[in-house]
Amino acid sequence: MSQPVITVEGLGKRYTLHHQARSGLLRDQLAGLLRNPFRRGETSSATNEDFWALRDVNFSVNQGDVVGIIGRNGAGKSTLLKILSRITEPTTGRITIHGRIASLLEVGTGFHGELSGRENIFLNGAILGMKRAEIRKKFDEIVAFSEVEKFLDTPVKHYSSGMYVRLAFAVAAHLEPEILIVDEVLAVGDVDFQRKCLKKMNDVTREEGRTILFVSHQLQAVQQLCNRVLVLNQGRVVKDTDTTTGLSTYASLNTQGSGNKTQLTLGDALRLTTLAFTPANAAPFEDLGFKLCLASDDDCAVHDLCILLYNSFGQRVAIADLRQSDGSYKLLKGQTLTLHGCFARIALAPGRYSAGLFIKTSSYMADHMELASVEIQPPPTSKLVGYAPEHLGTTVLDLTFSASISTPANFPHA
Amino acid sequence: MSDTTTTTPAPLIIEAGRTERHYWRDLWRYRELLGFLAWRDIKVRYKQAVLGVAWAVVQPAVQTILLTFVFGKLAKMPGGDIPYPLLVLAGLLPWQLFSGAFSGAGNSLVSNSHLISKIYFPRLIVPLSAVAVALIDMLILLVIAVPYAIIEGVNPTWRLLFLPLFILGTMLVALGAGLWITALTVKYRDFRFITPFILQIGMFVTPVGYRTDFLPNWRDWLALNPLTSMVEGFRWCLLGGRTEFYQQGLLLSLAVTTVLVVTGLWYFRKTERQFADVI
Repeated sequence: MSQPVITVEGLGKRYTLHHQARSGLLRDQLAGLLRNPFRRGETSSATNEDFWALRDVNFSVNQGDVVGIIGRNGAGKSTLLKILSRITEPTTGRITIHGRIASLLEVGTGFHGELSGRENIFLNGAILGMKRAEIRKKFDEIVAFSEVEKFLDTPVKHYSSGMYVRLAFAVAAHLEPEILIVDEVLAVGDVDFQRKCLKKMNDVTREEGRTILFVSHQLQAVQQLCNRVLVLNQGRVVKDTDTTTGLSTYASLNTQGSGNKTQLTLGDALRLTTLAFTPANAAPFEDLGFKLCLASDDDCAVHDLCILLYNSFGQRVAIADLRQSDGSYKLLKGQTLTLHGCFARIALAPGRYSAGLFIKTSSYMADHMELASVEIQPPPTSKLVGYAPEHLGTTVLDLTFSASISTPANFPHA
Repeated sequence: MSDTTTTTPAPLIIEAGRTERHYWRDLWRYRELLGFLAWRDIKVRYKQAVLGVAWAVVQPAVQTILLTFVFGKLAKMPGGDIPYPLLVLAGLLPWQLFSGAFSGAGNSLVSNSHLISKIYFPRLIVPLSAVAVALIDMLILLVIAVPYAIIEGVNPTWRLLFLPLFILGTMLVALGAGLWITALTVKYRDFRFITPFILQIGMFVTPVGYRTDFLPNWRDWLALNPLTSMVEGFRWCLLGGRTEFYQQGLLLSLAVTTVLVVTGLWYFRKTERQFADVI
C-alpha cells in the first residue's frame, strides 16, 4: 500500500495586521518611540491584530495522489502552498515530507527579459532546483515542448506573452520531483497549450506515480486531474474527500448564507436590496421568477444591468440582459427600481446555481458573484435513477423521442 | 545524482523555527544557483551598454584620476617613491570590491523579491552572489592594474602570492557588512538611502587616496576600519613592499571582520525566515 508522503499536523499560520500606516518604515518606528517612549508595548497592541490565515490544518497525502486544493479567495490556499514549499514558516504545527519536492507557484519565476530563451531555460531550471547536467540532458525536449525553437537566442523581452508562458511551462513540466506543488499556473496561456499541460501532468502522474498538490479556481481542471480534494474555508480544512463530493461541498459553501444578501452597496449611489428567485426549488422547464430591487441614495443612471448565472464549477452558464431598449434607468435620490421577471421554461440541468449581478452606472461598474442561489431539482415525474451531477452538462434538452424495435421478415424464431 | 540514489532519504520536516537543520547542506546543494545568479547579474548589467565590460575599467580609471588630483595635487599628500596614480589604484582595488559587494548585497534581496516570494532556496545565496559579482569586476581591474604597475617601474615580487588572502579578507568584510545591510534593507527600505552615505564616508575613512604610514597619529584610529588593513595589504602585495605594513592593524582588522561576519550571519539568519512575509 502507498504510504503518506506528506503529513501535516496542527498547521497554523498567523499574520499580524497593522491597522495604521505600515510601521515597517524606520521613521514610523522612531516616531512611535518618540511620541510614546514609555508605552511602546501598548500602542503596538492597539494597532495590531492577529489574523490566522491557516488554523489547525491536518491532512496527509499518499504517494501518487493528485490532490486539488480549493476554496474561495482568502481561504488559505496560497499560504498553505507557501508553507509546503518552505517560502514562509508556519506559526504552529509540523509537516513531514518524504521525497524531493518542487513547487511551481508561478510560471517563469526568475525569467529575465534581457536574457535569451536558451539562457533563461538554464536560469529558470536552476531556480526550480534542477542540476545543470539535468537541464542539459532535457534541453532538446524542453525546447520541443515549448515550440519556440526559432527564437531561442532572442531575448525573452521580445517574446509574445504566449511564447513566454510556453517556454516557462516547458521548463517546469520537465522537473522531476517526487512531489510537485502547482498553484493556479494553468490560468495563463491559450486553451490548446493548457490542454497540453494538463495532459503532460496527467501522464506523469499515471506513469511515474508522482504526487501532485494542485490549487486552482478552474474547477474543471481540478475535476479532470485530481482524485482527491481538500476544501479550505477561512483557514481550515472543511472537507477532505473524493473529487465529486469535494466539488459539491465547495459549491454549497459558495452559496451558503448568501441567499439573502440584502443591502449590498453598489458604489456611492445604489444599494441592492433584493435579489430573489421563486420557486426556490424549480424543476427543469418550470418557470423561474425573479425579483430584483435597487434603492438609490443619490441621483443616478443605470446603464447596464444583468443577472448572471453560474454553475457549481464557477462557470457562467447564462446571463439575463435587463437593459431597456430606450436608454438607461434613471433614478432620483430615494427611489427604488424594482424588476420582476421570469425565466420561462428554464432549461438548466439539475444542480445548484448561484446568481450574480453585473451593473454599470455612470460612476460605478462591477461584477458581483454569489448573491443568491437557485436550485434546479431533478424532474419529479422521472421514474429513472438520475445521473450524477457531473455527467449532466449544463442544459436540459426538451426532448421527445420514439423508439421502435423492428423485426426482419426472415428473423429466426425460436 | 547522489541525493536521488539514496534509498531512504531523511524526511524533510517543516516546523516553526526549524528551517535551520538542513540550511548549510542546502546552501551547498544550491551552489549552482549561486553561480547562475552571479552569471545573470554580470550578463544583464552590461547587456545594453555600448561600452559593455569596459565600464568595469572606465569607472575606476576616472576615480583614480580624481583621487590623484584631490589628494596628490590639491592636498599635497606625500606619495613616497610610488607614482601617485598607482598608489590610488592599488587602494581602489579592494575598495571597489567592497563597495560593489556592499551596495549589490543591499539591493539584492529587494531586486530579487519575486524569487524570494515564490521559490525556496537558502536566502544567503543572494548576498553571496552579489559578492561574487563584485569579485569578478575587481579581477578585471586587477588584470589591468598589474601591467600598469610594471609600466610605472614597479615589478611584481613574491609578495603578490599573498594577494588572494587579502582578496578573501576584503570579501569577508564585504560579506559581513553586506549581510547586515541586506537584512536591514528588507525590513527597513530606509537603508537604500543610507547605503550611499556609508559608502561616501567609507571612501574617506579608508586610505584609498592616501598612505597611512605617513600619518602615524591617525593610524590606530584608521585601523579600526577593517578595510584599512586590506588596502595596506593590497599595496604591500602589488607595490613590491614599498609601503610599510602595519601588523597590529591587521590583527585588529581581523577581529573586527570576524565580529562583523559572525553577527551579520546571526542577524541574517534570524530575520531570513520572515523575508517572504515582509518583502
